[in-house]
Amino acid sequence: MVCPPFLLSLRKIWRSALIGGGVALLLALVGMVGTFHSRSVINNVVSVGQVLFLFPVWYATYVSLRQMSEERKKVLIASLTAGIVGSLPLVLLLLIGAGINLRAMFVNASPALYKILTFGQNLWPGVLVLIVVSALVTLTAGLLLQLSSRWQRALIQGFLWLFIAGLMRDLILTVTNRWGPLAGVVQFFFAANGLTPLGAVLLLAIVIGLAFRPRRQVESQPVNSRARWMVLGGIALIFLFLPQILGPFFSEILDNVMMYILMGLGLNIVVGYAGLLDLGYVAFFAIGAYTMGILTSPELNAHPLTYWQALPFAMVIAMISGVILGLPVLKLRGDYLAIVTLGFGEIVRLLVLSDWLRPWLGGTQGIQLIAQPKIGNLTLQSQVQLYYLFLAWVVVVVFIAWRLKDSRLGRSWMALREDEDVARAMGINHVTTKLLAFATGALFSGISGTIFAAKLTSVYPHSMNFLVSINVLALLILGGMGSIPGVFVGALVLIGAPELLREFAEYRYLVYGALLVAMMLYRPEGLWPEERRKLELHEEEFVESTSVAAETE
Amino acid sequence: MLRTRLRGVTFTDIVVWLIGLIILVGMIWGSIATIRLGKYSASTWTDLIVTGLALGGVYALIALGYTLVYGILRMINFAHSEVFMSGAFTATFAATGLMNIGWWDRMPILSLLIVLAVAALVSATVAFLVERIAYRPLRNAPRLVPLITAIGASFFLQYTFRGLYGSGLKGYPEMAIFKGEIVFFGIRFFKTQLVVIIGAILMMLILYSIVQYTKIGKAMRAVSEDKDTAALMGIDVDRTISTTFVLGGASAGIAGILYLILFPVAHFFMGFIPGLKAFTSAVLGGIGNVPGAFLGGIILGLLESVGPSLFLDGLGIPAAYQLKDAIAFTVLVFILIFRPSGILGERLTETKA
Repeated sequence: MVCPPFLLSLRKIWRSALIGGGVALLLALVGMVGTFHSRSVINNVVSVGQVLFLFPVWYATYVSLRQMSEERKKVLIASLTAGIVGSLPLVLLLLIGAGINLRAMFVNASPALYKILTFGQNLWPGVLVLIVVSALVTLTAGLLLQLSSRWQRALIQGFLWLFIAGLMRDLILTVTNRWGPLAGVVQFFFAANGLTPLGAVLLLAIVIGLAFRPRRQVESQPVNSRARWMVLGGIALIFLFLPQILGPFFSEILDNVMMYILMGLGLNIVVGYAGLLDLGYVAFFAIGAYTMGILTSPELNAHPLTYWQALPFAMVIAMISGVILGLPVLKLRGDYLAIVTLGFGEIVRLLVLSDWLRPWLGGTQGIQLIAQPKIGNLTLQSQVQLYYLFLAWVVVVVFIAWRLKDSRLGRSWMALREDEDVARAMGINHVTTKLLAFATGALFSGISGTIFAAKLTSVYPHSMNFLVSINVLALLILGGMGSIPGVFVGALVLIGAPELLREFAEYRYLVYGALLVAMMLYRPEGLWPEERRKLELHEEEFVESTSVAAETE
Repeated sequence: MLRTRLRGVTFTDIVVWLIGLIILVGMIWGSIATIRLGKYSASTWTDLIVTGLALGGVYALIALGYTLVYGILRMINFAHSEVFMSGAFTATFAATGLMNIGWWDRMPILSLLIVLAVAALVSATVAFLVERIAYRPLRNAPRLVPLITAIGASFFLQYTFRGLYGSGLKGYPEMAIFKGEIVFFGIRFFKTQLVVIIGAILMMLILYSIVQYTKIGKAMRAVSEDKDTAALMGIDVDRTISTTFVLGGASAGIAGILYLILFPVAHFFMGFIPGLKAFTSAVLGGIGNVPGAFLGGIILGLLESVGPSLFLDGLGIPAAYQLKDAIAFTVLVFILIFRPSGILGERLTETKA
C-alpha cells in the first residue's frame, strides 16, 4: 500500500504530539502540574500548572510542523489533530483514574489533579473540554506558522516574557515595592496572583513592539576595549549594590549564590580549564569548613583562633588535600577519574560521620560555635555583611582565574585537556600542571567553605553531600565550561532562581538532571560559552562552513 | 630487567604505593589483632561470610549491566543504579497488591514470578529509554559528554520516581516460605540468603549463555570488538546496543527484587550506593568481562560483610560497621588506581581505557 505523503507527515506529527503528551502525563504524575497550579500566569485565566501540561504538546507539534512543507489547509488540519492525539495520554489517565484508585501507587494521581486536567468539569464533559482545549492550543501552532518569521519570533518572545513575569510576580513586586514611583507602574500589571488580564495584553504588546524596534545591523567586529571595560564596570557596580537594589529579602539567597560562584570558579579550573571531571568536589568545601570549625570552635579546641588567624591554615590544608587527591589519580582519565573522585568524596563524608573520628570532628552532631570574622570592632554576621565578604573573595578569585586563563599555566591546562599525550610530548609537565589545577580548585572551594562555616557558625556532615558537587557541576555546564561569566550566569539561574520559587524546590534535581542531558544534547558549550571551547565543539560545522564558503568563492 | 622497571618509577608512584602499603599493613595488623582478640566465634564468621555471599550475588547481577554496557560502548552507564531502583521500587507496589489480594501467601511462586517480571520489564524499559534519549545521539561526542548526560539522567530518574511514588520508604512484604533458616554442614543460612544466592547464580548462568551462545550475544561481542566492522558484516549496531541495555536493565530489575528480599525497604535513593558498589565489583573483576563481574561482586560482598569486623575491630575502631561503605569505596579507589583492568580483565591499551 502506498501512503500519500500528507498521511506520512501527519503520522510523524502525531507521533511527536504523542511524545509531548507523554511528557505532559509525566509532569502531571510527578506532581508539578498540581504544585504549580496555585500560581497563575494570568489571574483566574491561566495557571502555571495548565501551561505545564499543555505546552509540551504544543511545542512538539510546533517543532514537527516546522519541518513540514504543506499548504495552509493541511497544516491547520495537522495541527488540530495533533492536539487531539497529544491529549490522549492525559485522557487515558483520567479514564483509568475514574475507575481505579491510582493513588496507592502514584501519590499525585489525586482528585485535585483530575480537577485541574478537566478544568473543573465532571469526567466526560471534562475529557471533552481537555481534548478541545488541547486541539485549540495546538491549532495556534499551525496558525503561528502562517505568519512571517519576524512575527513568529516576536510572538514567541512575547508569550515567554508573559510567562516569566507571571511566574515571578512575587519577586518582581518585592523588589519594585522598594522603589516608590516604579512600584505603582508595576503594580498596575499584576493581580493578587499572576498578571491581570489587561496587564498581560499590555505586556505582550510592549514586548512585541520592542521586537519590532528598528535595529541596527550588528556587524561582528571586535568589541572595542573601552566599551568592554564600561560593561564590566557596570556589572561590578550592580554586584556592589545588589543587596541594596534587591532588598533584605534576597540577602540569604545572594549569599548562597556567591558561595556557589566561588565553588564554581574553583571547579571551573579543574573541569573547565584542565578537563579533569571531579565529582567529589564537595570534599574540599567540607575540608575548608571543618578546618575553620576545628580551629576556631571552643568545643573541640582549648585555644580557639579567630577567623582571620584560622583562614591561612584552612587555605593551606585545602590546597594540600587537593594535591593529596591529585597524586594518586594522575594517571586516570575521563570517567575513571570521575568515579575515583566520587569515591573520595564519599569516603570523606563517611569518615566524618563515623563514631571513630567523633572526638576530633564532632560526628553527626557537627561542630558549633565557630568564630565569625571580625574587622576591627565590626563582626561580620548579618547576611549583607557576609555578602560583601563573599564579594571580596569573588573579586580576588575572578581576577586570579582570569589571569590564569591565558597564562602559561592556563594554556598548559587547556593543552592537557585537549590531548594529554601531545601535551606531554610538547614538554608540559603533566604532574605539576594537574596538581596545580587540583590545588587551585581545592583552594577556592575551601575558601567558600570557611565563609560557609562562619556564616552558620556551625558545620554538619549532612550539608556536605554529593548533591553539592552536582549543583556546582550543573551550574558550570549551564554557564559553559571554562567560561568565567558562565559561572555567574549558571549560579544565578540554578542557585538563585530555585530559592525564589519555593514550589520549585521539590523538583530541583529533576530539572537539573533533565537540564544536564538537554544541555549536552543541544548546547554543549553552555549559555555563555568560552570562545575556544565553542570552536572546538562546533569544529565540524566550522570546517564545513568555511569549506563551503571556499567553494562558493 | 629490574633496572629498566625501576627507571619508569616516579615520585608519584612511590607515594601511591606507600599509601597502598600503609593500608595493607593496617589491614593485616587489624586482622591479626582481631583474631588474637577472639571476640567473634567461628559461627559468627560463617554467618558473616554467608551474608557477604548473598550481598555479593546482588552486586554481581547489577554489575552485569555496567559490564555489558562498558564492554560495548566503553562508557560507564552512571544511570544504571537508577535502572536498578526503578524496577525494584515499582515491583514493591506489585508485591503489595498481590499481598492484598492474598496471592502472596497462597501462590508464592507465581507471585514471585509476577513481581520479577514487573521489575525486569520496568527496568528494561527505563534502560532502553535512557539509551535512546540520552546516549545514542551523543555516541560520537567527546568522552566527558556522555558521562555528564549519564549523571543528569541518573538525577532525573531519581527525582522522577520520587515524584511518582513519593519520597517515603515503602516496605516490601516478606514471603512466608522464605522465613526461617536452613543448616547445611553446620553452616546456618537464612532462607532468604539461599534464595538470593541461587537466584543470582542462575541469572548469571542465563546471561552468560546468552552472551556466549546465542546469535544476539555474538552480535554484541562483535559490536564490542569493532562497531564499524560489525556494521559492515550486516549487524544492526543500534539495535544490538539497545538489546544490551535491555538485557542489562532486566538483570538489574531482577537484582532489585533479590536486594529487596535481603533488605525489604524500597525508596527513591536506594540505587545510589548499591550501584556504586556494583560498579566497583565490575571494575574489580575486570570491566567488560561477564564472569569477572560475578567474581568481583562476590569478593566485594565478602569484603564488605567480613571486612569491618576483621580489619577494623582489631585496630580498636569503635562501631566499625559504620565504615563498611568506606571499605567498599576504598576498594573502588585502589582498584582503579592500581589495576584498572581488574582481576580477570585484559590489560587495556591507552585508547581503550
